[in-house]
Formats: sequence, structure tokens, C-alpha cells
Amino acid sequence: MLQIDLWKRILIALTCAAGLLLALPNAFYGPVEQHNDAVAAIEIGGNTPELEAQKALWPEWLPSGLVNLGLDLRGGAHLLAEVRVQDVYASRMEAQWPEVRDALRSLTPVRRQQSPADELRVRLNDESKMAEAMQIVRDLARPVPTLTGAGATDINVSGDAGLLIITLSDAERQATDERTMQQSLEIIRRRIDEVGTREPTIQRQGADRILIQVPGIGSAAELKAIIGTTAQLTFNPVVSRGTDENANPGIGNKLIPSLDEPGAFYVVEASPVVAGEELVDAQPSFDQNGRPAVNFRFNTSGARKFGDYTADNIGAPFAIVLDDEVISAPTIQSHIPGGSGIITGNFDVEESTNLAILLRAGALPAGLEFLEERTIGPELGQDSIDAGRIATVVAFVAVLFFMFASYGLFGIFANIALIINVAMVFGLLSLVGATLTLPGIAGIVLTVGMAVDANVLIFERIREELTTAKGPARAISLGYEKALSAIIDANITTLITAVILFAMGSGPVRGFAITLGFGIITSVFTAIFVTRLMVVIWFERARPKTIEV
Amino acid sequence: MRLRLFNQAPNFDYFSRWKIWLGISGLMMVVAFASFMIQGLNYGIDFRGGTTIRTESPLVVDVAEYRAAIDTLELGDISITEVFDPSFRDDQNVAMIRIQAQDGQEAVTVETVEAVEAALIEVRPDIKFTSVESVGPKVSGELIQTAVIAVVLAIGAVLIYIWLRFEWQFAAGAVLALVHDVILTIGIFSELELRFDLAIIAALLTIVGYSLNDTVVVFDRVRENLRKYKKRDLKEVLNLSINETMSRTFMTSFTTLIALIALFVLGGDVIRGFVFAMIWGVIVGTYSSIFVASAILLYLGVKRDWSKPDANAGNQYANIDA
Repeated sequence: MLQIDLWKRILIALTCAAGLLLALPNAFYGPVEQHNDAVAAIEIGGNTPELEAQKALWPEWLPSGLVNLGLDLRGGAHLLAEVRVQDVYASRMEAQWPEVRDALRSLTPVRRQQSPADELRVRLNDESKMAEAMQIVRDLARPVPTLTGAGATDINVSGDAGLLIITLSDAERQATDERTMQQSLEIIRRRIDEVGTREPTIQRQGADRILIQVPGIGSAAELKAIIGTTAQLTFNPVVSRGTDENANPGIGNKLIPSLDEPGAFYVVEASPVVAGEELVDAQPSFDQNGRPAVNFRFNTSGARKFGDYTADNIGAPFAIVLDDEVISAPTIQSHIPGGSGIITGNFDVEESTNLAILLRAGALPAGLEFLEERTIGPELGQDSIDAGRIATVVAFVAVLFFMFASYGLFGIFANIALIINVAMVFGLLSLVGATLTLPGIAGIVLTVGMAVDANVLIFERIREELTTAKGPARAISLGYEKALSAIIDANITTLITAVILFAMGSGPVRGFAITLGFGIITSVFTAIFVTRLMVVIWFERARPKTIEV
Repeated sequence: MRLRLFNQAPNFDYFSRWKIWLGISGLMMVVAFASFMIQGLNYGIDFRGGTTIRTESPLVVDVAEYRAAIDTLELGDISITEVFDPSFRDDQNVAMIRIQAQDGQEAVTVETVEAVEAALIEVRPDIKFTSVESVGPKVSGELIQTAVIAVVLAIGAVLIYIWLRFEWQFAAGAVLALVHDVILTIGIFSELELRFDLAIIAALLTIVGYSLNDTVVVFDRVRENLRKYKKRDLKEVLNLSINETMSRTFMTSFTTLIALIALFVLGGDVIRGFVFAMIWGVIVGTYSSIFVASAILLYLGVKRDWSKPDANAGNQYANIDA
């Protein structure tokens, strides 16, 4: 009746020990964190005596997983950005135009027409060649690999009375969106790494959103300055320069304001000679007058294009364009063969350093729109931790006392189980590397209150059985048996809501769902296995004739 | 000497006036709902977009001064409230400034926030901005939607689970009790004009879980007693079951409340609304598991034919051995 096999006893004890061991590093948060940082630093950059000393702060053989502190506790910045994936369609069409023009050149002269940004419209001089022209353009289409696989190509060509309309196919749009997102994620990651902060979270959310959380950064505005700039660098031929912001640039050209000279506008060809993707390096430097500038170098193909263009256009101006603003528009003095150059402008040192970082990390393929941003100062986080800690301790002590006052010895059993319970929640949180947020602390406090429920159910049931059953052993055994279905049902329903919270929630709410969920699992485990084991061991030793619960 | 609420199982009659209790509960729901419809909820920026800035200064907060400084920026509706909390230090004077979402701006602008910060630094050079949060209207719309879906999903999932484990009458009783709890919680937030944000949704779902916990414990006992006392009246069995589980209900609610009150008093102002919702939910949830869930069960009646062993009900977990 009141028997537990030895192997089960060992298993229960081992589980508890493992939970406690996993939770242990959290009791020494500071040293363990330094130890972990040191280990990571040694892995990347080799050993130094200071790092070795920090590493020695925590023994190697103990687990070193910590509960991550959420932004609301540690302080930092949180951004939710939407990537304007449509931006890319326009540049895709821009790149398509020279290709179409060259392909049709031998057939009939063509002119580009005004069109929406994600469309390319081409007028044929000779309308009678329409069918041939459409065939030629269709042959330019490239297959797009899709899941359905059924021969999708990247462009759709339609036409009417000498006007060809080229659009991206749906399959190509999807593929492009996917690529845009991957690139954006990668580039944001690189930029944040360049700045060098600890444990940033950069996650894709849904189809076109990116969540960025960087602990320890001063403000979301600072973060936006790093990742909010597209840093799309292009070198475009200049058509003309003027001061009219409403000037009609003409088809295939763009009107772009100057960065330094207010009121000055440049008309440049929309298709760039070379773009930032072909840069291999960018470093902050100074020009011959000692003003801050950025040195850059092209890759081989970029260097060739740049070299050819400068050779053919000596004496003509070209514009260095960053995110639709002309940084400078020097005149080509001579053929520039080496593929390296210098960007000068009205920079200060910080700006030139930032620009070099951005150019090195690469341009974002599309613009970002910020939907949500939160900055939490480290002081507020620390205040929250302190308040949460005090509240947890007070709640803990009050519940422990109340349980003891109500159930005596059995209350002590429940209390030991409760302590193991909370330790196991921390152990699980460390194990899965979950993030503890302020609502998460509330979840732990709630767990402290509710965790005793399963034990209360059992103890109350034992009390009832004591009035009817024969002998304490039978009453205890019946108490556990009969309370079980209520415990399981009650906790599964709570677990369901925790799972839904986790699935639907975000950020802090999710942190709450995790602690609540773990709290439920561990409280059921401790109630039906741990306290039971304690009760059984006590019963075997003491063999009481009567018991009081 | 043990601390005990009852020396023996109590013997109250909860259902002599069960129709009145149901009526009162119904009436409270109507009042809560009316308050929600008329007064509306005081949505936080999570749900209606905008910006909140939390400021901290060693000097006492002068709301009028802050307002005068920000008003020059013409940002529309601005609310400034001073925050008090026992855990604050003496030189810690905190205010929350809320700025509505700016027309025609999907994304949040740094410029707005910077302008406000600059204006405040002008009048209070020692001011610090301990948190700045902005949510664009696009996201806030989605957050409302997700929140509503979450609550509905949770209640639906519970309905199905109880239905499978018990009978449909039990499920109906439990779910109506949940709806009761959720509506009353929303009602008190609208009546007291407390800030309703994403964390409160988490609290609502926890209340759903907690209230259910209570209801299920009672129902579990009802199911057991219905099998044990086949001849007794349903009302008697319900009374007996509630009385038998009363001391457990009291104990659990009490320990949970102790913990929550500790958090309410000492946990800081950031989560106070959240904890308040939970305290309210524990009280309402405990009430509803008796006076709503069980009363509904009484109203609906229940299948009493337990003659053949029902594989669906009972102690299928009872042979789990430790």
C-alpha cells in the first residue's frame, strides 16, 4: 500500500537533485555570468590572465546555464521592424530594363515608358514586331524554384499595341520576399555585431517582420541609428544639376536632393554604374585636406565597371548616392582603374566611422518601418528585480508559515516540496535558456501560492479518509489515490491556458506563460512524487498508530 | 494546535436560493458589460498605439510644469500622472507621460520622443527617462486581435477538455463561470479606469486557469459523490461536494492570495495592475465556481445513470503509482 520501489525512490531523488543543481548557478548570478562571458571570450579571442581569473570564478564541472533576464529586468532596447519588401521589386525592374533594351535592340528601337515602380513598360517603335518582341522578352525569364515546382518563371510579360508590360510573377515575388527577409536579418545581425553588444536577439516574426532586442543599449533611438539606415550606396551618372525640387527628371532618371547643399537637386540616371553590393571594404579615413572621409574598395567586377565607366566619361560628373541623397558629385578627372576610391563630404569623424560600418556590413535590401519600440533603463530594471525579490521572499515565508500552521508535520513536507519546486522552476528555466521577465516573476510568486494546491488537495483528502478508513496507512494511500483525478484535471486545464498564452503572447507575456507552465509541471511532480516519498519514508521510520494531518 | 477554518466539514446550504445567486451574478455581468460599453476601457499603448515615457527626478513631480513644457509641441492628447509606490526611495519621483499615436504616422518617430525629452530636460535638467515605449497603431490593432483570440481559444479549449472528462453540463457550467469571471474583471477595469494593457490579458488568462482549477476540484467531487450517492437529490449532492471541498478551496485561495498580496504591496508599480487583476480574479473565481458553475449545473441537471462503468469518467489516473 505505502510502498515505493527503490528504483523509483532513487529516480525521484535524482530528479530533485538535478533540478537543484541546474538552479544553483542562478544563486551566484554575477560570478557565473562573468565566467560564461570569459569562456566565450577565450573561445573567440584567445586567453589572457584576466579572462582566466574570471573563468575561475565558477568551477568548470558545475552547470553554468543561467536564466536570461528579460529586457524589462536588465534594461535595453526592443524594436519591431517591418521590412518593406516591395522596395526590392522596383530595383529588380530597374535591373531588368537594360537587359530588355539590349535584347530588343536588334529587333526594333524601344523606349521606356512611365510606370508604377514594380512594373516595366516598354514602347516598341515598330508595333508589327510585337509578337517577336514578347517572345524575346519571355525568353529572358529565368525559372524560379518553388515548392510546387511547376515551371514558374520570374517575370510575366503582357503586351498590347506596341506596349510591353513586364511584371514580376507571384512565385518570383515570394522568392524575392524570402530573400529580402534573409538578407535583412543577416545584415541587421552583422551591424549589431559590429557594435558589439551582448546577447542580442534578432528574430524573424511572421512574413515580413523582424524583432530586435538588444540588452544594455542606452535607447531604442541609438539602436535605430544603427539598423534604421538602409545604407544603399550607388554611383550614378549625373544628367544635370538644379534647384527645382519639382523638376521633371525624365524617364529612367531620378531627381535626388543633395545632402550638404540645401536646395540643390541632381538629376541622375536611375540605373547605377556600380552599387554598394560590389564593395569589399570601407574604412574611415581623411582626405588630402585632413577632413574625415571614407575609403572604399570594389571587388573585381565592380572595379572593372567603375574603371570602364571612368575611362569613357572623363570630364563628366558622377554622383555618389547614399539612400537617395547625393553625398557628393565629383567630376571624373581621369580613368580610375584600381577599383578603390574615397568618399568625401561634410562628415565629422563619428559620421564617417558609422558610414564605414554600414558600408562594410552591407546595405539593407529594403527599407525598415518601425512598428514598436521600447527602451527600458537599467535602473528601472534593477528596481523591478529588487521589488520582485522582496515580494517573492515575503510570499514564500508567509505561505511556508501558513502551511506549517495548518498541517503540522505534513505542512513541513509540503514546504520542503515547495522549496524544491521553486528551485526546479529555476532549473528548468536555466536548462532551456528561457528568459525571466517581470510578469515571469509574478508567475513564480503565483506558483508559490498555487503550488501548495496539489498538496492541500491530498492532505484534505487524507483528513477525510482518516475519519472513515481503517488506520493511517490506508488513509494516506487512499488520500493520494482519490485526490489524483482532481489534481490532474485542475492542472491540465491551467496548463492549457499557459500553453495558449505562450503560443499567442509575445515578450513579457510569454515569459509569464513559461514560468507558469513550468510551475504547474513541477508542482504536480513534487506533490505526487516528492511529498509522497517523504511521507512514506517518515511512515516507515515512525510507524505511527494514529496520525494527525 | 492546527489552524483550521472548520473543525468538521461545514454544512452550509448554498443552493436554497440558487436562483437569486444566479440572478445576482447575471446582474453583475450586465453592470460590468454596461460599464465596458459606456465608459470603455482605459487602453494602454499596447492596444491603442502611442508612446509612454517614464520619468524619474529627485525633485517632486510638478504635473502642471511638465504639461506646460510638452504642450508647446502640440502632440494632441497627453496624459501625465504621478506614480507613487512604497518601494520608491525618497529622491525618486516618478511620472508617466502618455502621448497619443500621432496622426498619419504608422511608425513611431524618434523625433517626437526626442522633442518631448528635450522639452522636459529644459524645465528639469536632472530628469531621467527610465523607460520609453512606443507602439504603432498597426501593431496595436493586431495585439487586440491576438488578445481576443487568445482568451476565446483558452475558453474553447477548456470547454472541450471538461466536456471530454466530464459531461457537457459540467462544461457549460465551467465555461459560463469563466465568462462571468472575465466579464467582471473587464468590468472592474473599466469602472475604476485602470490601465488595460497586454499584461492584463495575461492576467485574464491566468484567472481563467485559476477559476477553472477551483471549479474542476468541485466538479471532480460532484462526479464522485454522484456515483457514491445514487439516490440523493442533485442539490444535496452539490451541497455536500462543495462543503467537503470547502476547506481545500479556502486553503488554496488563501495561500494564493497571500502570495499575490505580497506582490501587490511590494512588487513595484510596474506590475501592480497585473497583480490587482489577479487578486480580483482569485476572489471572483472562487465565488463563481460555487455560485455560477455549480448553480448552472443544478439548473441544467445531470445524467444520473452511472450503472455501467464509464470509461470516460473517474479515476483513470488513479493507478499511477509513485
